[in-house]
Amino acid sequence: MESDRKIEELLEKYFEATATVAEEETLRTYFSQESVATHLVQYAPMFQYFASAKEERFTKQVPLKPRRNYFKWASIAAAAVLLVGLYMNRPEADPTPDDLITMYTPEEIESAQQALAMLGMNLNKGTAQLSHLGEFEKTTNKFLTKE
Amino acid sequence: MQQSEFLNVVMPFKDKLFRLAKRLLVSTEEAEDATQEILLKLWSKNKVMESYNNVEAFAMTMTKNFCLDRLKSKQANNLKLVHSNYAEENSGLQTQLEAKDSVDWVQKIMEELPEQQKMVLQLRDVEQYNYDEIAEMLDMQPTAVRVALSRARKLVREKLVQKHSYGIG
Repeated sequence: MESDRKIEELLEKYFEATATVAEEETLRTYFSQESVATHLVQYAPMFQYFASAKEERFTKQVPLKPRRNYFKWASIAAAAVLLVGLYMNRPEADPTPDDLITMYTPEEIESAQQALAMLGMNLNKGTAQLSHLGEFEKTTNKFLTKE
Repeated sequence: MQQSEFLNVVMPFKDKLFRLAKRLLVSTEEAEDATQEILLKLWSKNKVMESYNNVEAFAMTMTKNFCLDRLKSKQANNLKLVHSNYAEENSGLQTQLEAKDSVDWVQKIMEELPEQQKMVLQLRDVEQYNYDEIAEMLDMQPTAVRVALSRARKLVREKLVQKHSYGIG
């Protein structure tokens, strides 16, 4: 194929990194064949290794959509579950005044109002009694301010 | 860009990404993870991908940066334990052909090279990119690529000769 002389020249250029891609290709084909000149045989493993290294393939799946979609849908599902959960556990809303009128008869409302008024009156009586405590506080303050 | 289009663009060079990653990270599993990560990153950029003039070079640069980052973060870590794909050196010596053996030596020699020389050698001698492409991928001057390549090749030759004449000279 190529003469040994030519190959030696190419090797020289190869190690100086001045050979072109095509010239390096010539070297690769030369060293891939069986008959290599004995004084050049030491270089053969390099080129054979480079050729074999190129055979290696990426065998795993190219992972495109799955991961992105998984996260997207998982977050949507989580949000939905959260919303449903919150909705279920929502405390009952206070009945509106409309409801009061429909739920109770006027008599019941009347009696409830009376009961509340009585409660209010008694509470006021109680707090009026407590006003005597104010007098007590005044006298203690006299001592405190003297000091 | 649609998924099928993206695959058409990426498929031709995904093996090159993997081989570069493996050259740098040594472990096959690490390299596979790195390649998947790079492809995912690329896919997430698929909207703007058409504006890149050379997706392949861009992806190679991404791989390079990713792997170097990986190595940096792993330096104090246990990456070295992951290297399970080293062939056991002493097993089946009888059956190993000598030729096969010295081809394996080249791989081991390459593992000892500095990262930059590793990459240059990988991109030129295995993937056969031209100097300008390599310069673009590695963000180097073309002359610097030549110098690194020449040095790497001579180092491999020197060590290979050393191994061959081990115990003789």
